[in-house]
Amino acid sequence: MTTATERSVPKPVFTDAEAGAKEFPDSKARRFNYFTPQKRKQTHYEDVTVEVQPDPRHYLAQGWLYGFSDGKGGYPLDWTVLKAWGSDRPEPERGPGTGGQGYEWPAHGWHEFRDPNEEWELSLYRYNANVVRQLQANVDAAKQAKSFGQWNPNWVRFVQQNVGAWMHVDHGLGLYLFANANRRGPTNMHNTAIAVNSMHLIRAAQDLALYQLTLSEEVEGFDGSAHLETWNSDPAWQGVREIAERLTATDDWAEAVFAANVVFQPLVGELFRSQLVMQVAPRNGDFVTPTVVGAEEFDFSERDLRYTKAIFELLSNDREFAEHNSRIMNTWLADWTGQAVAAARAMQPLWSQPDAKPIRFEDALDRVKSRFAGIVEELSLDTPKELER
Amino acid sequence: MSRQSVAKAHQKIQELAWEPMYHQPVSQYGTDYTFRKAQKKDPLKQVLRSYFPMQEEKDHRVYGASDGAIRGNMFRQVQERWLEWQKLFLSIIPLPEISAARAMPLLFRNVPNPELHNGQAIQMIDEVRHSTIQQNLKRLYMNNYIDPAGFNSSLRNFQNDYCGTIGRQFAEGFITGDAITAASIYLTIVAETAFTNTLFVAMPAEAAANGDYLLPTVFHSVQSDESRHISNGYATLLMALADEGNHQLLERDLRYAWWNNHRVVDAAIGTFIEYGTKDRRKDRESYAEMWRRWIYDDYYRSYLVPLEKYGLVIPHDLIEEAWNQIWHKGYVHEVAQFFATGWLANYWRIDPMTDKDFEWFEYKYPGWYDRYGKWWEQYNRLSTPNGHHPIVAEDVDYQYPHRCWTCMVPCLVREDMVMAEVDGQWRTYCHEACRWTDVEAFRPTFQGRNTPNMGQLIGAREWETLYHGWNWADVVQDMGFVRDDGKTMVAQPHLNLDDPKKLWTLDHLRRMPNLQSPNVLLNQMTDEERAKFHADYIRGGPAGRPYRGE
Repeated sequence: MTTATERSVPKPVFTDAEAGAKEFPDSKARRFNYFTPQKRKQTHYEDVTVEVQPDPRHYLAQGWLYGFSDGKGGYPLDWTVLKAWGSDRPEPERGPGTGGQGYEWPAHGWHEFRDPNEEWELSLYRYNANVVRQLQANVDAAKQAKSFGQWNPNWVRFVQQNVGAWMHVDHGLGLYLFANANRRGPTNMHNTAIAVNSMHLIRAAQDLALYQLTLSEEVEGFDGSAHLETWNSDPAWQGVREIAERLTATDDWAEAVFAANVVFQPLVGELFRSQLVMQVAPRNGDFVTPTVVGAEEFDFSERDLRYTKAIFELLSNDREFAEHNSRIMNTWLADWTGQAVAAARAMQPLWSQPDAKPIRFEDALDRVKSRFAGIVEELSLDTPKELER
Repeated sequence: MSRQSVAKAHQKIQELAWEPMYHQPVSQYGTDYTFRKAQKKDPLKQVLRSYFPMQEEKDHRVYGASDGAIRGNMFRQVQERWLEWQKLFLSIIPLPEISAARAMPLLFRNVPNPELHNGQAIQMIDEVRHSTIQQNLKRLYMNNYIDPAGFNSSLRNFQNDYCGTIGRQFAEGFITGDAITAASIYLTIVAETAFTNTLFVAMPAEAAANGDYLLPTVFHSVQSDESRHISNGYATLLMALADEGNHQLLERDLRYAWWNNHRVVDAAIGTFIEYGTKDRRKDRESYAEMWRRWIYDDYYRSYLVPLEKYGLVIPHDLIEEAWNQIWHKGYVHEVAQFFATGWLANYWRIDPMTDKDFEWFEYKYPGWYDRYGKWWEQYNRLSTPNGHHPIVAEDVDYQYPHRCWTCMVPCLVREDMVMAEVDGQWRTYCHEACRWTDVEAFRPTFQGRNTPNMGQLIGAREWETLYHGWNWADVVQDMGFVRDDGKTMVAQPHLNLDDPKKLWTLDHLRRMPNLQSPNVLLNQMTDEERAKFHADYIRGGPAGRPYRGE
């Protein structure tokens, strides 16, 4: 006779530990109570981002515990020259019997920023997964329709060289500006929005690279490595390259984000993507490239620009440092706009390369200048005279 | 994407990198390491076209399970003892996760291999995932578990509570100081490769045994990303080993990172697993058994030891000492006892151990009752207000411990406590390895070598000093650990919510003697008094028993 031994497993136990089972102090206090929501009710986004990155000015009683070799710890506010109200308040001194109280939340204006895109993990994976799936479907549909065979040789050359060169911009800014800046901002809301921006750009760079890989397989004679020479030595691209490199060389995180998303992207990025590639491709028999480039355009115009404006609008209208911030941002505008316009003008030869021509370069430039001026106005800043170069 | 096309795609995206011609990317984080020799391939071979849909699919599973847990009334079967400790754990862990995201840029300029930067960027966004998905889990607990107190004030609590401060090392250690020490050795080589096994694998198993299947759902999803991060760390370590000048720094950093992780993670996770569970089946693994399997065998023997042939000096002595602390010196039990001693300074409820718990501890850790049993009986006796003080202010044969200045866990294994006068202050350390970390490792020179990029240990590192001379009621109020009636404490030394008379309030604390900072008192002593104090302290224990003479 065999006997079955009972398996050793944890047994379910009825504990009745669910909400509402009993009433006692705090039994109905079911919201995070350590921050003030931007609107009347806390959003899901706020719940999962606000206050994850601490601040010695409010709750961080014992201060930062690890410092760099200069003794600075955490996220120093002076990693940008911009200031939000309260920035000059010193961190509370701690010692015997001081207690742990800081300033009342939010302690300073940096904590008032909320990403209007409300990005957190759920939203960023849904969004980017949708983008890559749609892109893959577009490219697959084009392959099945044998549409690449309709491209004329000049257009093939244009895509392999110029559309190919743009992926270097995305990659460089994604990694060495935005991913880098995700360590620099003063709050979790800033750094999370910046990290998401970084992934948009790195994804866009890879989208273009993989698109090139497909074209190498589908289009006879497509030179998948032509973009390297264009990026390294084509004079039309050296202005873009120089400003892109300078963006990654900028120490002040806010200046880097501002210069990239307020100046460079509208004046150079949108000029190339919206005013050239997306306009001219269909006339040259290409309905696919605009969808690849357009995905990136949507990332910027509908998401990355939106959070950027929210960051800098707060600062140019700050209740304590509006003038200080506006003065600095206007200086940045003057500095970066001149270089961006020069880089844009250097790209002018691209407009004559395709067989079927796009709108005139000057008209395209006027359009992006007009859009740029609108963004600057929304930020309560001055349109720089360098725009007219 | 097929496996073959992923390989081709990964090869293609290597064309994205370029060498700057006009401006060098900004260099904001220093290191004393050099990377002159080795080139290493990106071990992840991850392309975002497949990465985003993969993560989205993992999300579908996590959020589907979350819905299922609520619809299936999971909280009717959750052990309160378990969920209470999650108030501490889930207040800590989102910061280490997001700090790991913030740490990745420390490597960009210092590890000159663009191929690895792709993996580091993916790790960055993985960590954003982990931080917010864990915050979301906590939000779900707050909304659905019987007692939201402590969850609802989580991130304020975490920032001003001494347990949170201890846990914060497991975050700030990733993002400051020498870039390689922080973002590579401390974060990926030790924290992720060794200790996420207990954090994200062992602990979720215990959660499931306590009726909580959401923690395993979320953390196993997290752990499936960690394996990729471990590859990032390994690739960087092999690159570092190729430069012989790095070997001395690697030896220093492995010693520091190993010991600090042991002190911090074993303290917290050991306590959750041993004292936060109601599963007392004798054949379920103890924390010591899990540690032996996951950390000693899998990490030390299978991962670290094979690296010895490449010149890595492995801290064999500290690994054996960590085991000695856990198995022979009762490290986890001493920590749990201290947490319970100071229950009133925290933001979760700690219930007394029962006879069933005693039996299990004695079975798993022979001799446990003789050491800790009497004290836990006292804890039980003093758990509801009845004219006495909370246990910290009662005579229960327990000497309130000194803080370790380095790891900030108190000096609980009394015999190991050492002292040093540093920067004009007498400091206490829980172990010689923590003294070494402060006095020798975190300095601008190390064994005669300039280490100008090494970080500093900063901050107000003894929590008690902030409240020296304060009444306990004012301490708790200052930290905000009070419920919405303005007087009932968030923390309680029991789980009984039925009878308001059994809930401790600020009024009970008013009658207590003021809090005294052991470190302030130590620095007020004469040299002779201090020497005698130290001689007596190290004769104390186990279980915090003060030395009472021969």
